[in-house]
Amino acid sequence: MEFTAGHGHAGLMEESPYGIPSGKLAIWCFVLSDAVTFAAVLFAYGYLRVGSPDWSTPFSFSPSILNGIVMTFVLLTSGLTMLAAVEAAKAGRTSAGTRWLWATCALGALFAVLHLLEWRRMIEEGWRLFQNPTGGAVQFGAAFFSVTGLHLLHVVGGVVALLIMALGFPSGKYNRTDIEVTGIYWHFVDLVWMFVFPLMYLMNAK
Amino acid sequence: MGKLFAVVLILITIISTVFFIYHGPDNILWLPIDASAHGHGVDHQLMETMYGSGFLFVASQILLGLFVWQSTSRPEGWKYKTFPGGAKPMVVSAILLVGIEILTLSFVGSKVWAGIYLSPAESQALPIDVQAGQFAFYFRYAGADGKFGGIHADKIDEGSGNFFGLDPRDDVAARDDVVVASLTIPVNRPILLTMHSKDVIHSFYVRELRLQQDIVPGLMIPLHFTATQTGRFEIVCTQLCGLGHYQMKAYLDVLPAGKFDEWLKQQEAQQ
Amino acid sequence: MSEATAHAATHQHTAPTGFFRKYVFSVDHKVIGLQYYGLGLFAVIIGMILSWLMRLHLGWSTLAIPGLEKLSPVGAPGNVMTPEYYLSLMTMHGTIMVFFVLTNVPFAGFGNYFLPIQVGAADMAFPRMNMMSFWVTLSAFLVLMAAFFVSGGPPLSGWTAYAPLSAIGQDAGPGQGLGQTLWAVSIAIFCVAQLLGALNFIATTLDLRTRGMSLARMPLSTWAWFITSVIGLMAFAVLLPACILLFLDRVAGTSFFVPSGLVVSDRLQPHTGGSPLLWQHLFWFFGHPEVYIAILPAIGIVSHILPAFMRKPMLGTRVLIGCMAAIGFLSYMVWGHHMFVSGMNPFSAILFSVPTLVITIPATIATLLWIGSVYGARLRITTASLFCLGFVSVFISGGISGFFLAQPSIDTYLHATYFVVAHFHFVMGVAAIFGMFAGTYFWMPKMIGRMMNESLGKLHFWITFVGVYCIFMPMHYLGLAGNVRRYAAFTDDFLVPLIPVHQFITIAALVTGAAQLIFLFNLVWTRFRGPKASDNPWQATSLEWSTTSPPPFDNFGGKQLVVHNEAYLYGVQGASGDYVMQTSPETVAQD
Repeated sequence: MEFTAGHGHAGLMEESPYGIPSGKLAIWCFVLSDAVTFAAVLFAYGYLRVGSPDWSTPFSFSPSILNGIVMTFVLLTSGLTMLAAVEAAKAGRTSAGTRWLWATCALGALFAVLHLLEWRRMIEEGWRLFQNPTGGAVQFGAAFFSVTGLHLLHVVGGVVALLIMALGFPSGKYNRTDIEVTGIYWHFVDLVWMFVFPLMYLMNAK
Repeated sequence: MGKLFAVVLILITIISTVFFIYHGPDNILWLPIDASAHGHGVDHQLMETMYGSGFLFVASQILLGLFVWQSTSRPEGWKYKTFPGGAKPMVVSAILLVGIEILTLSFVGSKVWAGIYLSPAESQALPIDVQAGQFAFYFRYAGADGKFGGIHADKIDEGSGNFFGLDPRDDVAARDDVVVASLTIPVNRPILLTMHSKDVIHSFYVRELRLQQDIVPGLMIPLHFTATQTGRFEIVCTQLCGLGHYQMKAYLDVLPAGKFDEWLKQQEAQQ
Repeated sequence: MSEATAHAATHQHTAPTGFFRKYVFSVDHKVIGLQYYGLGLFAVIIGMILSWLMRLHLGWSTLAIPGLEKLSPVGAPGNVMTPEYYLSLMTMHGTIMVFFVLTNVPFAGFGNYFLPIQVGAADMAFPRMNMMSFWVTLSAFLVLMAAFFVSGGPPLSGWTAYAPLSAIGQDAGPGQGLGQTLWAVSIAIFCVAQLLGALNFIATTLDLRTRGMSLARMPLSTWAWFITSVIGLMAFAVLLPACILLFLDRVAGTSFFVPSGLVVSDRLQPHTGGSPLLWQHLFWFFGHPEVYIAILPAIGIVSHILPAFMRKPMLGTRVLIGCMAAIGFLSYMVWGHHMFVSGMNPFSAILFSVPTLVITIPATIATLLWIGSVYGARLRITTASLFCLGFVSVFISGGISGFFLAQPSIDTYLHATYFVVAHFHFVMGVAAIFGMFAGTYFWMPKMIGRMMNESLGKLHFWITFVGVYCIFMPMHYLGLAGNVRRYAAFTDDFLVPLIPVHQFITIAALVTGAAQLIFLFNLVWTRFRGPKASDNPWQATSLEWSTTSPPPFDNFGGKQLVVHNEAYLYGVQGASGDYVMQTSPETVAQD
């Protein structure tokens, strides 16, 4: 990727006002845009929840909230491993960096699996995008599956990106900036979860 | 050709302005009569804006034309002139003139708006239920008991004329509800409409009442007014609702008080 | 200098060879810009034909239009348009024009071509992502066009696609089946393309400016493209989930936008608990910034071109940049002015009205700056400068009607009438288009290497300029008279007397439309017969004029330009010529 465009042209190019390579600038812009997308979906959820006379709060501590806590822990840990990967990459420690990338990838995949298992449990209980087995507002299913689904999509995308990075980093196909860019994206996905978990799970606890 | 531009621009400005002042035969290019108690506020706001923006429109187009006229036949080597004061007078005059204008308009306009949409209806307003649906309006009066029957979506049956989905068998209040296809009201008496839709978004618009309100399915929307002139006016749908949108209308008949009471008694007797 | 060339050489991608790499799957921003322009041209022709069909039907609602039945046997039996087909054509007209013409050409088209050049870069920051943006946009266009050919035809809910009409599905009416679903998918895809494009523009503007090209020295067109990208980044980010939620309501049985108890086509709909107003909030939170995305590039282009033909800088270049930024910022606070009578809390109307009126201030400042710039100038009349001056005039006309609509107490009467149609056509359908024409006549010599025919251009301008006033000025009067919009025909006693006005408008529209053939002919003529253009036929100052016409594949032939001057040093006394180019090392007393 042309991440290094605009970088290292000392004296020949104007200094970027942010002094960062284009790839990082672009991922920050993407994060800003994606944050607005999530904000819109969460707004829709809030709007419907406030307007609903019979909103459900079906999540009992076990298994739902507990599962959510585990997932949160997994994702936060993956944030730490990502930080470690970026540090190692910046310091030139390629094999350490690669190991941390694999760890992050694995934790992300674990998150996705736990999430899908939870979805399967809920679907078995009768929850759908258009169906609420407890008889309350059907918007619960719609909001829950679309919000968490959108986030899950981003997690899976991140896992794939981490996989590609982990495979390409040792050979030098990707460099430290690429790892940093992936890191910024991954931290964003983590940050979104820190909104989704309270708004979608904790607020809908029994 | 620059001079031609200036001339054409000024002609366009003049001709355009003419039709804001001369409204055609029978005032066909202008608002119809105001038949509502609150309408003068709307019309006043409109006219104030018309004068203010009309002045801006004419002045700016003519100024543009004038400057173009002046600037197109200057010789080679002519040293350009900067507008006296540079950009500052532009910024200052825009902020001051436009700022003052919008402050005044907002202040007065909010009062007009609040008077129509934010004030509660008079307590003795005549309540009428309005249902919009693809592609007709229906109106319901409470009947002698003064109570509206409940609405049941699953009971709506256009074929048998049960537009509102009333259940007269089990619902006493519904038995004497008067359902009609045109809105008949007494003059000079407050009316409170409660509007709902059975399918998609429609809108209630009576030009002579200077009133417009979308009718949104899932919501019961109140709208109150007092008609100040008798006559027959059109209620038209203004929110795109499907293929019959252009034909979706009903009549508003404003009757003298006595005639209205007669009409209502007649309708109640037919239930 | 040798270090500069060596350094630049390591970052040059080598010139592409082969037809496909050069003209089809090209990563060259210039080719991509022309591809967007070509797509926009194709789209505007379709959009315009749709408008002719609509206008013909409005003037003469029983008219049999030859060939219409072939296009849609169900929509136009016997070549006479049905009301539902009118609405479908109207929906497609709006959708195509707003997305594939107005968001496309001034921004993606000209912006892609000229942003890198105007900042002195060899290409965009991410050339391959740039290529992807175009192909994703083209895919969105093809998905939308497919709606014409599926059973049920195109959707009829307008480009605004209000729910529940757009969310219920087939029961709501013809076109509301697959056609509406394709619409939602197409627009969602379009959002993704726009987001990718915005990333590229922002990164290029901030990172790839050549030496000496400080932000303050960037041309106004570059500033406009940059500000537009920032707006777009957040606006399209809201439309995307809105379309996805609409899609889910349509195919997955959700009820985001559909409340319970709806009886449509005698069928009780299964949805419960959704809110039609939610769609409107999401849509207009995008929709209002979108109209500024449509106009800001045109503002930038016109402000960039005028100085070259006035032989003086714009009055208040920095103030103008501030105005563009202020308009962009305020655009996020006003979306509720599309919803004054929508059923949302009427108190919100007052809250939205204030920033809406406040936006008129930077717009007025910009207008006064243009007018004030013409004062004391030495104006050279070319087709490009005529369209710029025409732009100022129609921008005034369109902006003034906004004053009325911004006030809820007036909007209660004017909402959904032809007054609104007049307003948005003047600012979007005319002003933004004039910006595109000005850009075309100004930049075509640079893009194609040939000069356009000025006589044909001026003829095109005059008919168009008078024509658009004939089309859209009368719509204000119709609106004041209470002529409701989005009506397929005028059949009731109130509206029938206004039909002659509609007929006048239709004739004006057809004549003006025909005049666009002059423009198309001129484009073709230029390509094959136009006289060769020099590097700088307009004696202009910005970086695009410091290279050949057309530029080489890496824009500057391997040279790394150094910028010494601000962008609009025209009318300079004592310079060789009356102007100083941005790359010129001539020092001039800049006061």
